[in-house]
Amino acid sequence: MSEAGFELAALTNGQSVDLCEVPVLSLSAFGQAVLAGVAARQRVSALFGAASPLPGATRLYAVIADDEQNMLFAAAADVLGDEFPSLTPRCPQLHLFEREIAEQFGLRPVGHPWLKPVRYCRSWTGRDAWGRTPDAPIPPAVGDFYRVDGDEVHEVAVGPVHAGVIEPGHFRFQCHGEQVFHLEIALGYQHRGVEAALIGGPNARTLPYMETLSGDSTIAHATAYSQIVEDLADCQASPRAQAVRGIALELERLANHIGDIGALSADVGFLPTASYCGRIRGDFLNMSALLCGSRFGRGLVRPGGIGFDLDAERAAELGRRLDAGEKDTSVAIELLWNTQSAMARFEFIGPVPTHVAAELGLVGPAARASGLERDVRRDQPSGIFCFTHIPVSTCETGDVYARAYLRWLEIQHSIAFIRDQLRALPGGASRAPVRALAPNRFAVALNEGWRGEVCHVALTDAQGRFARYKVVDPSFHNWTGLAYALRNQEISDFPICNKSFNLSYCGHDL
Amino acid sequence: MIKVTLARLQQKYRTIAYPDGAPPPLPDRFRGQPLFDTARCAADCSACFDACPTGAIDKRDPGHIDLGKCLFCTACADACPRNAISFSTDYQLAASSRQALVVGRERAAVAAAAAALDNKLKRLFGRSLKLRQVSAGGCNACEADCNVLTTVGWDLSRFGIQFVASPRHADGILVTGPVSQNMALALKKTYDAVSDPRIVIAVGACAISGGPYIGHADANNGASALVPVDLYVPGCPPQPLTILDGLLRLIGRIADGTRQK
Repeated sequence: MSEAGFELAALTNGQSVDLCEVPVLSLSAFGQAVLAGVAARQRVSALFGAASPLPGATRLYAVIADDEQNMLFAAAADVLGDEFPSLTPRCPQLHLFEREIAEQFGLRPVGHPWLKPVRYCRSWTGRDAWGRTPDAPIPPAVGDFYRVDGDEVHEVAVGPVHAGVIEPGHFRFQCHGEQVFHLEIALGYQHRGVEAALIGGPNARTLPYMETLSGDSTIAHATAYSQIVEDLADCQASPRAQAVRGIALELERLANHIGDIGALSADVGFLPTASYCGRIRGDFLNMSALLCGSRFGRGLVRPGGIGFDLDAERAAELGRRLDAGEKDTSVAIELLWNTQSAMARFEFIGPVPTHVAAELGLVGPAARASGLERDVRRDQPSGIFCFTHIPVSTCETGDVYARAYLRWLEIQHSIAFIRDQLRALPGGASRAPVRALAPNRFAVALNEGWRGEVCHVALTDAQGRFARYKVVDPSFHNWTGLAYALRNQEISDFPICNKSFNLSYCGHDL
Repeated sequence: MIKVTLARLQQKYRTIAYPDGAPPPLPDRFRGQPLFDTARCAADCSACFDACPTGAIDKRDPGHIDLGKCLFCTACADACPRNAISFSTDYQLAASSRQALVVGRERAAVAAAAAALDNKLKRLFGRSLKLRQVSAGGCNACEADCNVLTTVGWDLSRFGIQFVASPRHADGILVTGPVSQNMALALKKTYDAVSDPRIVIAVGACAISGGPYIGHADANNGASALVPVDLYVPGCPPQPLTILDGLLRLIGRIADGTRQK
C-alpha cells in the first residue's frame, strides 16, 4: 500500500515477488503513485521500460524506496502508443530516467522540459523518440545545449578527452567572465551496450559485465547482482561470505574515499596530502588484492558467496595492514583539515542545498553532505549490514568541504567496521551451489557503494532467463547534482567540484 | 609548517626499488599467466572452453590461451573437472605483437618478449616518453592502475615517462577500453593530433581485444581497429607492475627477453 492508497507490490531489499504481483496500473495512477511517494519523502530508485505482454506496448516499472519504513514498492503501467505523460515537471529526479526510456524504447515523455538523448545510441525497438531514421548516424553530444545569450556571455566546451587520466565526457559551460551561469553535461561516450547484452542471461559473461559496469565499484555491483541471483535461485550465501563481502565493500569505499581526498588536495595545490593519499589508496587496493588477488576485487564476489575464503592467517594480516593504513591515513588527512589555505579553497565552494539534493534525488556521500540522511546500509540493509550497523554521518553545508569531510568520517567508520568483522568472522562455506533461476519473478537488490546507491532490478521470463536487467549506478542520480553545484561558481573551481563528486562515466553510460 | 614536516617524517620514503632492486611483492592470490596441464585433459572435454566468457581459450589449440582476451577470472579453472588449469604469479605479460599473446606451456617465454622500440625511436623516446591517455569505454580500473604509476610509490616520472594533458605534448597514446563507438572519432582525432613518429599502447583486455565486450555492436573490439598498436598489456585490469614492466621494456630500460627472477 503506497502513500496515495494505491496497491503497490511491497518488497524488501534482495527479495523478489511474482511478476504478476507487481500491479499494472493505468498510466495516470502509476504517475500519481510515484508522485505521492516522492511527496511523502520516498525516492525513486529505478524507473525503466521493459517488453510488455501486450503487443506493441512497453511496460514501465518503478521501484520506490521508503527509507523510513525500510521498504521498497514496485508498480508498472503499459504505454500503448509511442508517448506517455512526463512526470519530470513535477518530480525533477525522474528527468534522466524518462530520457533513458525515450532513448531505449522510442517513447516520448510528453511535457519533458529537456528531452535529449542520454547515451547517444539506437533504440531497442526500432522506434525513435527524436524521429531519426534507422541509418542516420548518432554522433555523441551533438545537438542543442542550454544557452545563455548576451553580449558578455561566452560558452566553454570541454571534452570528451580531458587533461587527466580519466574517463570521457563533454561539459558545456555558459559563463559570464569567470562566473558559471549554467553547466550542461553530455555523456554517452562510454556506452558499451551492457543492459541490452544482459538480456537472456545469466551466462558466462554476466559476472564480467557486472564487475566492469563501473570498475572502481566492482564489489558493489557484483554484490547487488549476487543478491539478485541468490534470491531468484533460492540459495543463501553463508554468514561468512556475507561478512567478507561487507569487508570488501568497505575496502572499496576506503580506497576510493582516500584517493578522492588526495585528488581534492591536488586540485587546490596542497601536495603533501595529495601525494600521501595517492599512495595510501594503493595500500587499500592491495588489501583487496590480499583477499582475492585483484586490487579491484575481481573474482571475489560470486553468486552463492565468495570466490576466495578469508582464512585466519589472512585475516590477521589484513588487520595488521589496516592498522598501518589507518595511521598513515589519519596523519595525511588531518594535515589537510589543519591547513587554512587549503580549507579556504574548499569552504562555500559548489554548494548543493538540502532541498535541491532531495529534489534531484541525490544518493550517497553527495546526498549526505547536503544533509540528507540516506544510506542503503542502514535504510535498506542486506547481507552483513542486517546484523552490524554502520553509523550514518551527514553534513549540512553541501559544499566541497562537506563532501570531503564526510568522506573522512566514512573512512573512520569503515575501518572500525572491518576491524569488528575481523575480530569475530562468522563460520560457513565460501560458496553455496546456485540452481536455475525461478521464472517470472521481479527482483530488486540495493547496495551502498562508495558513490551511493547501486540498484539492480531483474525480471525473469518463463524459462528463468533475464527478460530485463536494469542497472542504476549512483552516478545516474548524481551527475545533475554536479551540474547544479557549478551554478554561480567560478569556472576555475570546476575541477574541485567535479572531484568532490567523482562520478562514474561508464556506470552512467553502461 | 611543523605539522607538514612531522607528517613527512611519519610517511617515510616509499618509492619502490624496482627495477634496480626487487619488484614489490605481489599478493599470493595474484593471477598471472594461466597454465594448462593438457596431460590431464579428458578427451572431448570442453569445460574450460565453454566457461570462458571471452573465448580466450581456443578448442582447436588445446593448452593455449589468448592473454589478450583473458580476464584472469578463473572461470576456466573453476570449470575444469581435473584441475588442469592454474595461474602462475608471472606478471611479465606485455608483448609487442598480438600473436605473441597467445601462449601455452612451451610458448610461455614468448609472452615476455615485449621488444624495445627500434634504435631510432629509442633515441627519441628512451629517456623521455610523454603519453596522452585515452579512455574509450574503459571501466576506470585500467585507468586507475595507470594513474597509480604516477604516485610516489611507483614514481613513473623517474623513467622519463609522464602522462600529459594534450596530445600535442605527447609522443604517443595509451588506450584503455574496448573503444566504444561513441569514442571512436575522439580516439582517432587524438591519435592524429600526436605528431609522427608516435606510438600506441593498449592496456587491458578491453583495449587489446574488446575483453568482456568482444562482439558488441556498440564497441570496436579494442584499439587496433582504429590505430596501430605497439605494445599490448594484458589483464583485467593489469597489475601496475605488469604495466610498468611493459613500459620499461618498450623504452629499453629492461633488456629484451630477459625475465626478472
